[in-house]
Amino acid sequence: MARVQNWVLPALTAIAVAAACGLGFLSHAPNRIVPGRPLPLHAVAGTAMLWVLAILAAGLLVLAFRRPGQRTTLLTGSALLAALILILAAAGTGAAALANPEVPAARTSLGPAFWLILAALALAFIDLAQQAGLSTRARLLLAIAILAPVVGMAALGWFDALSLAREYRARSDVFAAALRQHVFLVASTALVAVSLGVPLGIRATRRPRFRRRLFAVLNIVQTVPSIALFGLMIGPLSSLAEAVPGLKAVGVSGIGTTPALIALICYALLPLVRNTVTGLDAVPAATIDAAQGLGMRRNQILLQVSLPLALPVILAGLRIVIVQTIGLAVVAALIGAGGLGAFVFQGLGQNALDLVLLGVIPTILLALATDAAFSALAANGEPKR
Amino acid sequence: MITLDGVSKLYGGRRVVDRLDLTIAEGSFNVIVGPSGCGKSTTLRMMNALIPADEGRITVNGRDLRDSDPAILRRGIGYVIQAGGLFPHWSVFDNIATVPRLLGWPKHKVAERVAALLALVGLQGDGLAQRRPSALSGGQQQRVGVARALAADPPILLMDEPFGALDPVTRRGLQDELKAIHRATGKTIVFVTHDIEEALKVGERIIMLEDGRIVQDGTPAQIVHHPADRRVRDFIGGEEAILKLLAGTTVAQVMQPPAPVAAAASIAPDATLSAALAHMVASGHTALDVRDDDGRILGRIGLEDLAPERRP
Repeated sequence: MARVQNWVLPALTAIAVAAACGLGFLSHAPNRIVPGRPLPLHAVAGTAMLWVLAILAAGLLVLAFRRPGQRTTLLTGSALLAALILILAAAGTGAAALANPEVPAARTSLGPAFWLILAALALAFIDLAQQAGLSTRARLLLAIAILAPVVGMAALGWFDALSLAREYRARSDVFAAALRQHVFLVASTALVAVSLGVPLGIRATRRPRFRRRLFAVLNIVQTVPSIALFGLMIGPLSSLAEAVPGLKAVGVSGIGTTPALIALICYALLPLVRNTVTGLDAVPAATIDAAQGLGMRRNQILLQVSLPLALPVILAGLRIVIVQTIGLAVVAALIGAGGLGAFVFQGLGQNALDLVLLGVIPTILLALATDAAFSALAANGEPKR
Repeated sequence: MITLDGVSKLYGGRRVVDRLDLTIAEGSFNVIVGPSGCGKSTTLRMMNALIPADEGRITVNGRDLRDSDPAILRRGIGYVIQAGGLFPHWSVFDNIATVPRLLGWPKHKVAERVAALLALVGLQGDGLAQRRPSALSGGQQQRVGVARALAADPPILLMDEPFGALDPVTRRGLQDELKAIHRATGKTIVFVTHDIEEALKVGERIIMLEDGRIVQDGTPAQIVHHPADRRVRDFIGGEEAILKLLAGTTVAQVMQPPAPVAAAASIAPDATLSAALAHMVASGHTALDVRDDDGRILGRIGLEDLAPERRP
């Protein structure tokens, strides 16, 4: 009897099928305020589409019995990709069919079944990449193969009837500005955190007492909840801006970008300093001894020997900092720093879940892209021999 | 020339180096030997100012260390440590080029020098210069370490247990090569080891240290034949030390003019005296002809020649 080679695939297929049968795929409401009416997949998609999806699900079950190999990977990947496109198409066309020009306030949003199926597909793709042991290059190609149809369908207007797209259209100019502000917050934080954190880390490795004090402070900062830290900035900064005349002119105030940046940098320092110290501590003592014995000066040892050897660990710290800041910067919208978080809090205030998603989805994509970029960098930086 | 004048080093009130007086002659091969904790490494590391002396005065080439810039001083003194201490993120080429680059040599001069040094330590070969240290064997890494120390042609070479981490065969090979490099370059060498066999083999002068003081200072033969006290005798391992001593001299260095009648057995001129003794025991003859590769007789060596310093 044939044996199941991969348990993940049938389990995920079962979850997706169960979600499609039992939960709402789309949710239709006459306006934003009232809760929507759940519509299952079979009520939204055409018969032909349902058949193809059923055949794909059955095909994935059969593929789970195949021995792993290049062909199995290719077939599974194609089936998953086809399922993804069909699910997106079903959501787009379903919403379009529900649209009624006489009820402009009506909203069609994505239901739990859609998100569950999407999550199952994402996990299946990740499992596929891991099972096949794909190289960084192959993973990049896979990501492009997944993103290209999504972006293409969006550009062709397939999703226009969904409320997520309608929220976006209503704010497309604000969205670009929010995204820019978000990236600005993250990039400035990373830049300042590196230019402060690395020197602090270097100093900490040279002075044990300074090291103990520094870590005590940074650890305390890390335990303060982010909302509290953002709130704590308001008082001191507004009085500072009042007291020192020039500060207001350069944009310092209790709310806005300045306090947000200060709080984000405070959070970013611990991972960066810690990784700098760990990386420098791991440089072999014999290597330093040799460098000294050959006549290198202290700064030459630091720049030519210690820092290059600690660089992979410092970069790992920077990766944590950037991914963490992308998430934390959402909260910064609370004190008027803007960014993608503005949509999240607007959406929460207006009970508009799709508006929340408009902030959350790009945040997640930004974090994933950063993580992937650092993975590629790390894989590239490994010694060739 | 290096001089130590009443030099001490204190760690927590304990004198690990105790009022040491020592003069290292130019071009000599000196071995500081002693049990672990005797202060030999500390003494060596004070010579290039890696450790500051607490008492006394150290001069290198007539200059007081307290008046010199340590980094500049060290660029003029070769330094080799156990397992090479190579920079793992740099290629073999970059490792060897360290000091010449610190001194600001032009590119082509650095490249020439690295190539010459790779040849000197027997490492020329395909693409080896571009490899990372982790891709080399322990012996190769140590050769790179020696080449790196010699890169800027310093008159002095300090070596801190350089061959301590190597297997016996590689180790013996490198000891022979180091002696050859010393003969060829005439560097002043100070070599630290805890291995008396290694000390007797490579050194021209042995400085025995215990508790931070010199217990005996002399040639390998003096140490072996006239140990200063019981501690030295115990450390060198009694009468068997004579056999270790034989490994430090070649047949060519002690052979006598050829005898009128050829001997029944022969040996090569570059063989060690311990090899000659082994050959005598194995062949049952107490005299051997010294023959070169072409079979010409260059001289003769007898049992009595193995310990020339014992002859009346």
